[in-house]
Amino acid sequence: MPREDNYILDMQNITKIFPGVKANDNVNLSIEEGEIHALVGENGAGKTTLMNVLYGLYDPDGGQVFYEGEKVNLNGPQDAIDLGIGMVHQHFMLVDPLTVTENIILGSEPRSGLMLDQKTAKREVEEISDKYGLFVDPGAKIQDISVGMQQRVEIIKTLYRGAELLIFDEPTAVLTPQEIDELFEIFRSLKEQGKTIIFITHKLKEVKEISDRITVLRSGKSIDTVKTEDVSEEDVAELMVGRQVLLEVEKTEAKPGSEIFSVENLKVKDNRGIPAVKDISLSVRKGEILGIAGVEGNGQSELIEAITGLRDIESGKIKLRDKNVSNYNARQIKREKVAHIPEDRQRRGLIMDFDLKENIILGYHDLEPFSKNGIMKYDNIAQYTQDLIEKYDVRGGGMEAQAKNLSGGNQQKLIVAREFSHDPEFLIASQPTRGVDVGSIEFIHKQIIDRRDEGAGVLLVSAELSEVLSLSDRIAVIFEGKIVDILNASETDERELGKLMTGSKAETGGEIIE
Amino acid sequence: MNKYSNKIRSILIDLGLSLLSIIVALIVGTLFIYLTDKSPIDAYSALYIGAFGSFRAIANTLWRSTPLILTGLAVALPFRAGLFNIGAEGQLLMGGFTAGVVGFYFTSLPTFIHLPFAIIAGMFVGGLWGGLPGLLKAKMDVHEVIATIMLNHIAIALTINYGINIFRDTGRPATPKIMESASMFNFKNIMDYPLLSNLPFAELFAQPAIRLHINFFLALIAAVILWYLLFKTTLGYEMRAVGFNPDGAEYGGINASKGIITAMFISGAVAGLAGVGEVLGTHLSFINGMDAGYGFTGIAVALIGQTHPIGVILGGLLFGALAQGGLEMQFSGIPSEIVMLIQALVIFFVAALQVFKVYLAKRKAKGGVE
Repeated sequence: MPREDNYILDMQNITKIFPGVKANDNVNLSIEEGEIHALVGENGAGKTTLMNVLYGLYDPDGGQVFYEGEKVNLNGPQDAIDLGIGMVHQHFMLVDPLTVTENIILGSEPRSGLMLDQKTAKREVEEISDKYGLFVDPGAKIQDISVGMQQRVEIIKTLYRGAELLIFDEPTAVLTPQEIDELFEIFRSLKEQGKTIIFITHKLKEVKEISDRITVLRSGKSIDTVKTEDVSEEDVAELMVGRQVLLEVEKTEAKPGSEIFSVENLKVKDNRGIPAVKDISLSVRKGEILGIAGVEGNGQSELIEAITGLRDIESGKIKLRDKNVSNYNARQIKREKVAHIPEDRQRRGLIMDFDLKENIILGYHDLEPFSKNGIMKYDNIAQYTQDLIEKYDVRGGGMEAQAKNLSGGNQQKLIVAREFSHDPEFLIASQPTRGVDVGSIEFIHKQIIDRRDEGAGVLLVSAELSEVLSLSDRIAVIFEGKIVDILNASETDERELGKLMTGSKAETGGEIIE
Repeated sequence: MNKYSNKIRSILIDLGLSLLSIIVALIVGTLFIYLTDKSPIDAYSALYIGAFGSFRAIANTLWRSTPLILTGLAVALPFRAGLFNIGAEGQLLMGGFTAGVVGFYFTSLPTFIHLPFAIIAGMFVGGLWGGLPGLLKAKMDVHEVIATIMLNHIAIALTINYGINIFRDTGRPATPKIMESASMFNFKNIMDYPLLSNLPFAELFAQPAIRLHINFFLALIAAVILWYLLFKTTLGYEMRAVGFNPDGAEYGGINASKGIITAMFISGAVAGLAGVGEVLGTHLSFINGMDAGYGFTGIAVALIGQTHPIGVILGGLLFGALAQGGLEMQFSGIPSEIVMLIQALVIFFVAALQVFKVYLAKRKAKGGVE
């Protein structure tokens, strides 16, 4: 029996064992009808496993699931859908060339005779869209609409199939700050209409903002379920990590030295040949962190790729310690004591099929002591790897494990370990904590600050405004490929940056650099 | 050492699973043998005896494996660098033809010059035939599958349709017989060499029906060299990085072009050595049809060997045994089509196993971490 009458869902003592790991260990999760329930935990805490059990994708090794008061057996997603459980996956399950309507009805198409009933389909989609304030264009193709819109299509898909309980797996990871606000509006509208929401995340600010109750998982166990109004972000972080966590970055005043890096009138095109970086000039001094704030897709990626030798520049100059490095390739840039944490760790930062020791020398593999005369020195590499994974606390199977088997946070720590271990004098960190758990964020932030205090210049790019604000000494705001303003971090706030990022002119302070 | 025992364990599991899939293939094969009114037991014992039943059978299994190991390696190495070499067939022909011409054209060279010269010339031309698509890929982004297929056709035209006709001196479609000084050591002639004839078991080799020649050992050496190249050198590290993730390799400052061209050149040379061995060791001249589809079978050998050089040796031996044992099966009255079908079943099940393993790995990854 469910433990309370108002529980729409009650998962009791769920245990799921994979070879070598107890992914879920007697986990309890109870959801009240009509609430927004946040399910939080670090990477690897067992959130996704639990939801896959609920969605019928995994058979639990123990435990029971009650839905609307009845004990249920879930043998596949169809069982879950039939009960009224809908899942909005982190990676969307949409067919790009098809329209919004076609995607929504896929698999449960309304028919008239043998034909697809396009009219009914379109009408039903419009009805749902209007009812919950989703505002999608039923005739648009998926490939032509934004990520935020695609997510709404996924939401309508679940509602179309009659979902009463909606599960969102890290829905904000792919969204811009504005889109996140809009998503939360949708959450509230869904809740008003009596729907129940499970919201999986590890972003505590969002949890605090939107949820009614919170269940915390840690290492496969359910630690506690609390009312959101009774706890602070710090409390939740402590429950997640099992120790006190510093959410605020602790740092002293920067002591900037001479200029180490600058770009002058840089112009770069994107993959489609369209100008992405339009005449940007900026400079970084030793011992300071220059943050670049901006909505993603405003030229940050192309700027960083151009600086790190991964993209050709159209015109302009890149200077490192008074040396013109504009046409250097990635290898030459690395040799100038430049470290680079790339924005996409899986595509750029790591060779996912390589093991830890092969990854930790990527880019340095042709240097002694890792190799000599073209022959790899694996004994030296093993020793080096062992030292670094201890120092940087990279967990997940030791140096022979493949990078793809590490959690996101540990993958990122692996990259940080590699890049920070060659005495970098100039450090480029692009989205350094994206998709990384709270404990690792704290660690990575501290590492970046430590490098700064050792005298390195740091260029930080992040889509997280709070990260840019708390780490940076100065902040350059980028919009449509241009730096619209450069501000002192201590003299600005999220509100002002948010405005600049979306193209409104600054109200106060700062000189405009065009 | 834990790390080694883990490695050995995973290798043993791989081997065990491969063996299992071969057994399953043979069981399914019995159905087809029944269709021919023969006893599956007789058929399979013929297969076994043909491949392993005697010293001669084993020696000839090794002989048949030789070109397959080499073409398998020629597919496996580029595969690790993210390239699909469909051109081993053409590379083999070019290498073999070159060796054949060098073998008969120079009439007064001592063996210690003539033989290495013929081998190296054949490997070099094979290497060029592989390196060219590598160059096109690296510099102009021409897809290597298209380029190597086209070069296969050109190689066939150049060697079989055109080359043989320039040089042939008899009625048969072949270049003239190579000089003694260019021929590879054949084990059946072991008693002609006083030094070797004193070795234990030497007389076992001295059977006229034994066709094993020294190229088998060159193939083993090639496999070891490629293993070393791939896993112990910076060049191999870079090739594998490019193969797994070109964007990540670029980030790591790796010049993909270098790896692509080198991998394709070496691969062409290794496929060339397959042709060289067939000409200098097996047929003693370049003859029409001596390629026998080795270049294409090499793709299957490479995949079954998981594109690991040592695995490729095992894959080549499996195919060699099936070919050699298949002959005995035919002698026992099983139609050659059924023999081919059983060979295909083995390949199918071993390949299906790979897919199964990928699926398992995915499933595990999905469950283990979020």
